[in-house]
Amino acid sequence: MWDTSLFIETLPVLIGAFLKITLVVTVLSSILSALLGLVWAIALRELPAWAAAPLRFVLDFIRMTPLPVHLLVIYYAFNNLSPMTVGVLVFGVHYSTYMAESYRAGIDSIRKGQWEAATALSLPASRTWRAVILPQAIRNTLPSLGNWAIAMFKDTPFLIFISVPEMVTEARQFGGQHFSYVEAMTVAGLLFLVASYPTAVLMRKLEKKLAY
Amino acid sequence: MPTDQTPGSIPGHENNGGVPRIQFEDVVKRFGSTTVLDNLNFNVGRGERVTLIGPSGSGKTTILRLLMTLEHLTDGYIWVDGDPLTHARQDGKRVELKSKQVAQVRKRIGMVFQQFNLFPNMTVVDNVIEAPIHVLGQSKEQARENALDLLDKVGLSHRVDAHPSQLSGGQQQRVAIARAMAMDPEILLLDEVTSALDPELVGDVLAVLKDVAANTDITMLIVTHEMQFAQDVSDRVMMFDSGHIIEEGHPDKIFSEPDHDRTRKFLQAVL
Repeated sequence: MWDTSLFIETLPVLIGAFLKITLVVTVLSSILSALLGLVWAIALRELPAWAAAPLRFVLDFIRMTPLPVHLLVIYYAFNNLSPMTVGVLVFGVHYSTYMAESYRAGIDSIRKGQWEAATALSLPASRTWRAVILPQAIRNTLPSLGNWAIAMFKDTPFLIFISVPEMVTEARQFGGQHFSYVEAMTVAGLLFLVASYPTAVLMRKLEKKLAY
Repeated sequence: MPTDQTPGSIPGHENNGGVPRIQFEDVVKRFGSTTVLDNLNFNVGRGERVTLIGPSGSGKTTILRLLMTLEHLTDGYIWVDGDPLTHARQDGKRVELKSKQVAQVRKRIGMVFQQFNLFPNMTVVDNVIEAPIHVLGQSKEQARENALDLLDKVGLSHRVDAHPSQLSGGQQQRVAIARAMAMDPEILLLDEVTSALDPELVGDVLAVLKDVAANTDITMLIVTHEMQFAQDVSDRVMMFDSGHIIEEGHPDKIFSEPDHDRTRKFLQAVL
């Protein structure tokens, strides 16, 4: 049954995998998806209808198809890319489609009077976005972006499909070698919790800091 | 500039020489199947203060919003100092101007809104210097100096670093006036600027506006329910009903002995 010595033995192995793979993929993909999501949200609003429609279709397509399928398709289609790179790109693009929806909701929540005041002052569109709309919209969007980043973090075990030795893959391997899976999987679960929880707290702090 | 870009002559007001500051020519505005303005023609002279009165839905606010390019003009032309605002006449055809051209003329117009519409993410002074820096290309120092001067004039020099949410409605509206004035507009549009305020805060805002009226030669178009203010500052009052001017004249005349029964009934209702 439960073997504490195995539990202790597995700790450094899994923390290593966590720091080298899981954390790296999560951080890089979060940055990528937050930036891309913003680009999609602004493009959908600013582009003429004929250009926005195909973009919306592509984003819906990505959002409504499973992440492991994207991982496998990109992994086999671009076999010159390293699995890590494929992971970061696929996670980043996939979650950017969710984040775009969050940004859109944040932008829609800005009252019409803000746009009208910007027009009345003849502010150019770029300045209106940068100085007026986005500072308000992102503040509304931040909690939701944080939740997507945490969701992405919890999806990282999907990397097993493209043979990236992330934490849960390592835990499984460790369990196989020692004929006991419970300890290693418990450690993996705990590490997820230990990382997710402070992230959630941090997001809440950041949200407060951005308040005016 | 080709001569066919200049506005057509309209019978109506004689302005003290030259091109009128504002000219509405055969203006039509529809929202869906509802016609709000139907072939509206009027001029406003340089430095003139005109108050638009009339029941709600009579098209007063739409006129201001068309001038500020917040609404799309369905048909007709609006000229500012003889320049086309959103549509020009070229070879007898009505053509829509590019947004860059629109921006050139729009810069001469400022607006104060019923709901203030200050930018809540910026401090008071940042609200005022934003457009002078990024639209007029003023230096930060120059814009700030000018902003502090304006904020002093509206009685808010002690709140320059506050955020709008920390101010009363009346204070916010005075900041909005300073923000509009910082663009040094030739035309100022006031859209029910005291309607959202608690009654005890209305006086300060009107005092600031009277000060602007007395010390500048800015052309003003005013939509208000404050009839005393209208009488004090305006050179002319236009009574609207269903998108038409049914009566106009000096405030003393309109407010005391209007020609039209409709005007009399409206004034009885609001006074």
